[in-house]
Amino acid sequence: MTSFDVEKVRADFPILDRLVNGHPLVYLDSANTSQKPRQVIDTLREHYELHNGNVSRSVHTLGTEATEAYEAARGTIARFIGAASSDEVVFTKNSTEAINLVAHAFTTRLGPGDEVVVSEMEHHSNLVPWQLLCERTGATLKWFGVTDSGRLDESQPVITERTKIVSVVHMSNILGTVNDVSRIVARAHEVGAAVMLDCSQSVPHFGVDVQQLGADFIAFTGHKMLGPTGIGVLWGRYDLLADLPPFLGGGSMIETVTLERTTYAAPPARFEAGTPPIAEAIALGAAADYLSALGMDAIHAHEQEITAYALGALADVPGVRIFGPATVEGRGGTVSFAVEGVHPHDVGQILDADGVEVRVGHHCARPVCARFGVPAMTRASFYLYTTTGEIDALVRSLHHVRKVFG
Amino acid sequence: MLDGLYQEIILDHYKHPHGRGLREPFGGEAHHVNPTCGDEVTLRVAADGATLTDISYDGQGCSISQASASVLHELLNGRSAAEATAVHEAFVTLMQGRGNVTPDEDVLGDGVAFAGVARYPARVKCALLPWMAFKDAAARAGVGISPEVNA
Repeated sequence: MTSFDVEKVRADFPILDRLVNGHPLVYLDSANTSQKPRQVIDTLREHYELHNGNVSRSVHTLGTEATEAYEAARGTIARFIGAASSDEVVFTKNSTEAINLVAHAFTTRLGPGDEVVVSEMEHHSNLVPWQLLCERTGATLKWFGVTDSGRLDESQPVITERTKIVSVVHMSNILGTVNDVSRIVARAHEVGAAVMLDCSQSVPHFGVDVQQLGADFIAFTGHKMLGPTGIGVLWGRYDLLADLPPFLGGGSMIETVTLERTTYAAPPARFEAGTPPIAEAIALGAAADYLSALGMDAIHAHEQEITAYALGALADVPGVRIFGPATVEGRGGTVSFAVEGVHPHDVGQILDADGVEVRVGHHCARPVCARFGVPAMTRASFYLYTTTGEIDALVRSLHHVRKVFG
Repeated sequence: MLDGLYQEIILDHYKHPHGRGLREPFGGEAHHVNPTCGDEVTLRVAADGATLTDISYDGQGCSISQASASVLHELLNGRSAAEATAVHEAFVTLMQGRGNVTPDEDVLGDGVAFAGVARYPARVKCALLPWMAFKDAAARAGVGISPEVNA
C-alpha cells in the first residue's frame, strides 16, 4: 500500500463528479488532455479577479503583480524540469509551437545533403514541422523505425555525420513506450547534431530532469499536465537559445526598434512576441506546484500500478489486441488496442454511452497505425486520478461492445 | 440511447455489405478520407448515358461509414441520374437535419435507419463519406449529381 491516496486526489477535480449519458464519468483520455484540479481553476479565476494586467510593460500595480506572477511561473517550471535557469524556459502556445519554433530557427542552418532525424513513433506535431523544414532547405528527412513490440528500432545507423538535428518523442502518445534516449543523444552529440525531445507525454507523468536527459531542447504542453490549454513550454540550453533567430516578430521580443531595423531581446523574451497567455502561464505554474506537492515519483508509481492492472484486464477480454509494450517496463499509462471486428469509432461510441471516455482514431500518429497495419486504434490513457474501478468499467463496457457487434 | 445509432439495419449492412468490391469498367472514381479518424472509401461509377449501370466501392472504416456505402449501392445502383440526385438530396438533408428530419422510406429505403446518426454530430461525417465520394465519382463519370454537400 503506497501513501498515494487516489480518492483524496479525485476530490480536487470537480469534473470527476459529473455524469456522462447517465453514468459516472470514467475519464480515460488524459493523454489527449488532462482534467484540472480546483487549485488550477482557482488560480485562473484569482488572476482575472484580482491581478489582471499586461506583463513586462506596465509600471502600475496590477501590471507589476501580473509580471511577477508570470515570471514566478517561469521559475516554477524551470525547477520542475531541472533547468539551469528560468531564462531557459520559453512560454509558447503548446508543444506544437515549441517544435515549430526550433524547426523554423534551423532553416538557415540546413541545406541539401544535411539530414534531419525523427522516428516512426512521432506525433504529427514532431513530424510535419521537420518535413516542412526539409522542404524549405532541401535537407533529407530520416527516421528510426518501430519494432513489433513497439520500441524504437536502433539497429540501423540512422544518425550520420550529415545529421544536423534529431527530434524524437520521449514517451509515445499512442503506444505508451517510454524511450531510453541516452544512446540517441550520445550519438547525435558525437556527430555535432542538436537533439530535441517531444516530452508532451513524459513531463506530466514522471520526473523529467533536462540535465539527466542530456538533450538540447524539449517541448511540452500545459493542458496535459493539469494546466490550461493555450500554454506550452520550450526548454533549451541557454547558449543554444541565444544563438537562435527570432520566430515571430512583434512586441516584447525587441531590444531597439527603428523604422529600418530591430535588434532582438535575449531569450526567453526573444521568442515571446506579443502579449503571452499570462493567466495560462500562471495557472500552469500552479499545476506544476500541485504535481510537485504530490510528488512525481508517487504519481508515477500510481500510474504504473494502474497500467499493470489495465494491461492484465484488457488481455483477458476476448478479441482485444494490445499495441505497444506488453508490460509496464519502459512504458507509461497509455494503452492502445483493437477490438477484433469492431472499428475504433464504434468502440468509442459504445464506451461513451456507458460514460467511458477514450480516444479513437489515428491519434495524430498515422505512421504508427500504418506500422501496425490498422487504420485506427482505441486508446485508454491514465493519470494520477485514475482508479482500478475505472479500468473495471472500461472492461465491462468492452464486453458491451462485443455484445452489440457480436 | 445507442439503439438510435446502431439500428439492426445498419449493423446488417456493415456485416453483410451489398455490392462491395471495386469493379471495371468504370467512368469515374473518387477516394475520400475522413482525416480525423482515418475512414476511407474508394467509389467507382459506371454510367451508360444517364443510367448508373454500376456503383462499386471498397473501403475501411466504422460501421456507420461502411454501412452507408452499402446502402448507397442498394439505393442508387441501376438508377437514372435524376433519380439518384433526388435520393442523394434526401439523404444529405436527413444527415444534416440534426435529428429533426423525418425520412421518407419510399425515397430512402434502408437509408431511413441513418435518421438516428444525424443526432450524433461526430458521426454525420462517417455517414456522408461514401455519398461525397459518389458525388465526385459521378461527376468524373460525366453524370452530374447535386446538391452541394456541406459536411
